[in-house]
Amino acid sequence: MDVPVLKQGHYLIATVQSALTDADLAQMRRSLVEQVGKFRSRGVIVDVTAVDVLDSFACRTLRDIAHMAGFRGAETVIVGIHPDLAFTMVQLGLSLEGVSTALDLEEGLAFLDQQTRRAGRTTLHSGSAIATPPPPPRAKR
Amino acid sequence: MPTRGTPHAANVGVASPESTMTLLRELVAHLRQNRTQLREEWARRITEAELLTAMTKEEIFAEATSVYDNYVEALETGTFEALQAYARNLSERIIPRGVETHEVVGIVLLLRDVLARSLFAKYQADFTKLNRILDAYEPAANRIANTVAVGFVQERERIIREQQEAIRELSTPVLQVRERLLILPIIGVIDPQRARQLTEQLLRGIRTNRAKVVVIDITGVAAMDATVANHLVQTVEASRLLGATVIVTGLSPEIAQTLVTIGVDLGKMTTVGDLQGGIEEAERLLGYKVVPFAETPVEN
Repeated sequence: MDVPVLKQGHYLIATVQSALTDADLAQMRRSLVEQVGKFRSRGVIVDVTAVDVLDSFACRTLRDIAHMAGFRGAETVIVGIHPDLAFTMVQLGLSLEGVSTALDLEEGLAFLDQQTRRAGRTTLHSGSAIATPPPPPRAKR
Repeated sequence: MPTRGTPHAANVGVASPESTMTLLRELVAHLRQNRTQLREEWARRITEAELLTAMTKEEIFAEATSVYDNYVEALETGTFEALQAYARNLSERIIPRGVETHEVVGIVLLLRDVLARSLFAKYQADFTKLNRILDAYEPAANRIANTVAVGFVQERERIIREQQEAIRELSTPVLQVRERLLILPIIGVIDPQRARQLTEQLLRGIRTNRAKVVVIDITGVAAMDATVANHLVQTVEASRLLGATVIVTGLSPEIAQTLVTIGVDLGKMTTVGDLQGGIEEAERLLGYKVVPFAETPVEN
């Protein structure tokens, strides 16, 4: 089953609908890395919200995607890992080390925006990491 | 079937189901006919035995009526689901009033006695018949006593479990103190079960509150064994998978030692000495800077 990949500006979003076979995972990896090159994407989001189980091959594939997309100039973030799945994965030692993760699509996009800003790839002023909130109004006596 | 040790014992064989039903019907009719006096007799015995002291006379009478009717109905139908449901319902009402198990068992047995005595009185002329009536009555009455007592105990156990759960929940609150910042203050002993519950609550809390930073404060925890320490490390890693950074604060010297002993990779876990430091670090990570009000005099 092909994983749908959407292009959103400079990012690619792959939404995994259900359990993927090893072949499907390999296909997804190929497809994403190819499209990163084709569209000169700066970021890849893999959304696993609909996924109940991530086995070791799936985790390795996700790490591979992050590395390979990285070589081609894109930052990868995995989003939508369910709380129960997160703990099970950690207990089995599948911690997706070295791969960025975020809570959901919105957070993933915010993360990528932040990363690409830091890398100075946009003309937006990056600003400092610490932003002061506006000063409070003076108290009246 | 219990034998009576009498010359008529030989006549007391296993009653056929039909005759048992007939006898039961007869005795149920008798119990219904004499409902008022028997119920009063029972209420009197309850007071005499100083049971249900937590309830008023009116309440005892009201409950006694329901129990009596349910009792007789169970005898009549031979089914106990309705009785079970009633027993649970009754227990739910009287447990908060402080009624104890021995009281509930006591009153049901008293009712059993009152009804048995009334059967002795009625059939005293016909000993054979009395035996057959009791053969029909006793198993059913025992089953009823059992059902009510077990229903009561199960209800108590359910309440205790609920209370324990409530205490557990109270002792591991997940608190949001800023947008995207959660604090998990832990106090007391963390056993493996509590650790599991903590993790579950935390991970769900991260998702619900869309937290980016969590400060787990263990100032109130004196020590933890290697299993729980490992569990804590895994919780930190799982939180990362949900996009949240965890800062652990308030580690006691003992816990610091445990972590070193089990070889925790500190690269995987951010720690700060105390809660204040942890919150300050969290705010920094989230891009906040806390600025005190200026001390200059106010112009009017």
